[in-house]
Amino acid sequence: MTSTGFLSSAEAVTINVTAFLITLALFGVYVAALGHNPWDVYYVLYLGSFARQISVESTLTNAAPLMLTALCTAIPARAGLLVIGGEGALVVGGVATVLAGVMLVDAPFLLGVAAMGAAGALAGGLWIAFAGVLRQYRGVNETISSLLLNYIAIAVMYHLITGPMRDWDRVLKTSSWSIPDTLRVAELPFIDVHWGLAAGVVTCLLLYILMRHTTLGFSVDVLGGNPRAAQMVGLPINRMVLLCCFLGGAAAGLAGSFEVMAVHGFASESLAVGFGYAGILVAFLSRQNPAAIIVLAILLGGITASGGLLQRRFDLPDATTQVLQGLLFMVVLASNAAYGRLSVFQPARWRTV
Amino acid sequence: MTKQGFSRRDFMRRSSGILAAGTAMAALPNMVAAMGDVTVGFIYVGPRQDYGWNQSHWDAAKKVAAIDGVTVVEQENVPETAEVEKVIQSMIELDGAKVIFGTSFGYWDSLKKMAVEYPDVLFTHIGAIWKEGDPTNVIGYRGYTEEAHYLCGIAAGRMSKTGKVGFIGSKPLYFIYNNCNGFVLGAQSVNSDLTCNVVITGDWNNPVKEAEATNSLIDQGCDVIIANVDSPKVSIETAEARGVYTCGYHSDLGALAPNGFLTGAEWNWASGAEFVEAFVNGQPYPNLKRGGFREDMVELSPFGQAVPQEVRDEVMAARQGFIDDTLMLYKGPLKDNQGNMILADGEVKANTDTPFKLSIDWFVEGTTG
Repeated sequence: MTSTGFLSSAEAVTINVTAFLITLALFGVYVAALGHNPWDVYYVLYLGSFARQISVESTLTNAAPLMLTALCTAIPARAGLLVIGGEGALVVGGVATVLAGVMLVDAPFLLGVAAMGAAGALAGGLWIAFAGVLRQYRGVNETISSLLLNYIAIAVMYHLITGPMRDWDRVLKTSSWSIPDTLRVAELPFIDVHWGLAAGVVTCLLLYILMRHTTLGFSVDVLGGNPRAAQMVGLPINRMVLLCCFLGGAAAGLAGSFEVMAVHGFASESLAVGFGYAGILVAFLSRQNPAAIIVLAILLGGITASGGLLQRRFDLPDATTQVLQGLLFMVVLASNAAYGRLSVFQPARWRTV
Repeated sequence: MTKQGFSRRDFMRRSSGILAAGTAMAALPNMVAAMGDVTVGFIYVGPRQDYGWNQSHWDAAKKVAAIDGVTVVEQENVPETAEVEKVIQSMIELDGAKVIFGTSFGYWDSLKKMAVEYPDVLFTHIGAIWKEGDPTNVIGYRGYTEEAHYLCGIAAGRMSKTGKVGFIGSKPLYFIYNNCNGFVLGAQSVNSDLTCNVVITGDWNNPVKEAEATNSLIDQGCDVIIANVDSPKVSIETAEARGVYTCGYHSDLGALAPNGFLTGAEWNWASGAEFVEAFVNGQPYPNLKRGGFREDMVELSPFGQAVPQEVRDEVMAARQGFIDDTLMLYKGPLKDNQGNMILADGEVKANTDTPFKLSIDWFVEGTTG
């Protein structure tokens, strides 16, 4: 690793850790104002997220979809786009998975699951690629279009699950048809977390390799860093943008797929619970680095997982973890200003020549 | 915090294996000391202070917390998805809960699943759909609110000037049908031409739909509205603003409608406290507990100031009829609103006939919806 690479990684880690500590401090002030001892609160945050087997399981179960939806923001961001359509892509992926599952009733397990996952990924990918098309060929701002596509996706899902695709036998919950029981995805061997976690980790690692160690990834970096230079060099910009959008959307679609295959077994309003939006936070925290997404998704998953325990031990409202997440987001955004300002991380400082 | 504590935490952070986390389970100091003799967990589907369903359970939680040696932990806003299983596990393993109150109908499948995994924890459910073959460490309990609705119906029938009343229901489940039938039968017992319009919103809680439904029912001429949703607050306030009468549900909502409030159907979830006491003392408990006024499992809200004394007396006499078991809710001749004869002349169903009530999926004659 070049010293520049090491320095920039050290910079990112230091600033992130500092931001996290500042957030904890601010959160401590908040809970102190509510009359609780911050150290007790910190301990309970830890207890609920990592201290016991079931805490770790809750954390990882929460983190699994976040890893994939974060990619929906991170991959296009490397190409210079700001896509916030993870929620819509997840929902579309979930619905597509149900359709595929229902059509593959007698398929063998691996084939069925692969087909359902592929259907979800394809649907999500096309959904966000559409936002990319609007940007490249019609000049529509991708942030706005992907945000609005979220609402469209959720509305379409509601229409389908309350009408054409509805399972009328499930009286207690408005939901779509169920996928066959034989095609339900189970838990990992040693831990009570579903295979979506493994899929998330593998996808992040694969995309990390793609984005950081291939010429395609380098081209995307060029595009993201300087679009004019990319144009002048003759890079196929449209294709790259669409590819990045498709990959990001496919990841989020895969998240929706696993929500259906492993968690619920059907599509319902429980698909649109904010995983896409939480993924945006994870992507920003990880500075669009797919490998860092794994770590930060687990961290954020832990915060969400400890929310219930915070509620119970301190009688705090259930929105408290959202306060923490919001603080984290603001502090991290603010800390972006620190990049490049600290001389200890500048290569020039260390040059002896 | 001792240095020992920190180094164990650092070790855990670095180790990738979950097994490490598992073995550290016993070693960590329990800084925030939990719990008394028995910890009881309450799980709410919505916010505790919703002037409705969840608040009625919060009242019960306070009663349970008042028992000696019992500590109550509560978690709000837990959706009816697989997440409730994680919450239950968290309460049992991290808080040491021995009794779990699952206060929403849709938790049933998850409660059964967890009951099998944790056989020495008691689970309660408010749907009362327990049957032979279900795990024995589960209790279903629910009051016959249709009796209280019958009394509201009497008040509504007497006070309604248009002879049309409105009923807003959440989901097409047996207790919604029963409550509506009770309401209409009570009203028809004092005004046999009375009709009722029904709107089902499809959600336990959907303020927008409830407001729309209330307005639409009032536009159709209904002048007494009752809403069987998790938080009738929106419906009552809308109806009050339009100057019609209202009846409440779950808890005492009289304060929301000073002019139009008649009375309401309330729960008495105090049986919950009984189960905990029995469980704590090692005594047997029933797997199913259902009852109406006779078993003190339902209550009537205090009357609003609009209700004249003779109507109040009539309602209270009917209430006594339920307590004495002289007043039967379902008796023949009884037709449903499709024209089918449900009960022939002379046929009577006991007020405790639970299987009959569970099987009801029809509205009585005079109801449209």
